[in-house]
Amino acid sequence: MFLVGPNGDLLFYNEPAETILGRRFDETGAMSAKEWSAAFTPEDSDGNAIPPEDVPLMITITRKRPAYNRFFIRGLDGVRRHVEVASIPIAGLDGDFLGGAALFWEVSG
Amino acid sequence: MRVTLFGTRGSLAAPGAETTRYGGNTSTVEVCANDGSLLILDAGTGIRRLAKQIPPTTARIDILLTHLHMDHIQGLGFFRPLYDPDVDVHIWGPASSMLGLEARLSRYLSPPLFPVHLRDLPKVVCHEVPRPPFNIGPFRIQTALVCHPGPTVGYRIEADGGSVAYLPDHEPALALPNGRWPAPDWVSGYDLACNADLLVHDAQFTEGEYASCVGWGHSTYQHAFEFAAQVGAKRLITFHHDPSHDDDMLDRLLEDSIRRFKMSCLAAAGREGAVFSV
Repeated sequence: MFLVGPNGDLLFYNEPAETILGRRFDETGAMSAKEWSAAFTPEDSDGNAIPPEDVPLMITITRKRPAYNRFFIRGLDGVRRHVEVASIPIAGLDGDFLGGAALFWEVSG
Repeated sequence: MRVTLFGTRGSLAAPGAETTRYGGNTSTVEVCANDGSLLILDAGTGIRRLAKQIPPTTARIDILLTHLHMDHIQGLGFFRPLYDPDVDVHIWGPASSMLGLEARLSRYLSPPLFPVHLRDLPKVVCHEVPRPPFNIGPFRIQTALVCHPGPTVGYRIEADGGSVAYLPDHEPALALPNGRWPAPDWVSGYDLACNADLLVHDAQFTEGEYASCVGWGHSTYQHAFEFAAQVGAKRLITFHHDPSHDDDMLDRLLEDSIRRFKMSCLAAAGREGAVFSV
């Protein structure tokens, strides 16, 4: 799980996400939306870069709606991984938009 | 049920002349049922002294860990019954999403942090919580994840007709919508503490300190008092005192809070050695 605030800044990612992203959250710390969306170099199966605005979590943040995609990322350990990502907006009790969460996993095969 | 505080300090042990009344040991609480059955809540530095008072005939001890921050497990390696082959020690605590409780505890109970491996202790069994309500002897235990960084569990213990809620590290006020307490379903720890006879609750910070520590997982006196009122606790014990707060400051914080918040229940600051009948 990858959790961001209302402006897309990274708040936290958990231990399973650390395995896929190639670095412990304690080592990366908080990152701006611009930083993390570039750091993990999302790309399609042909190796073409996916623009930040087309990454599911950024769609969720800008349009406040769920999003999904399957693509490749290069972890901070340098390993290229095929991942599937579903992201959802997070709303508070009063309906305030509080940010978004991306649930993702490595695609096998 | 008898509840005895053996360590009330948060974050770091704070021995010294300025903390002699409330104590300097970190979180450790003994819960003893009328039949003599024993639970220990957290294994802070207070657990070393607690061990000396356990009857030598005791064959089973259950240690309930809220989480694995150092101030809650630092005493574990100095708890003598762990090395006694005639005593079954059951340790309950949270796993993380990648590691079980035993593996997590082994990070502390192994070199270089500690000379003895957890696996070399004679009769230690680890159990993971939270889980559905369960029994240990005469105790009915309820567990739930609560608001604190990393996997952290709160406990409700019922026995002999009484109830204790133990939430030593807890920030239920984090991100309260417009400063208002939401419906009970949305309040961290509510089910555990609802109508508890005794609520042992985090009150680490002053309001001034809290302003720069939001999200660190701790409460102010105001938060603790408001939470106690929300859940309808009958008695509140403030706990996890900041290591920089001396005895006189803890006296002042409690007195000010009682005056400001007009509690409907009894309130006291957790003091090492204090005993409560529940």
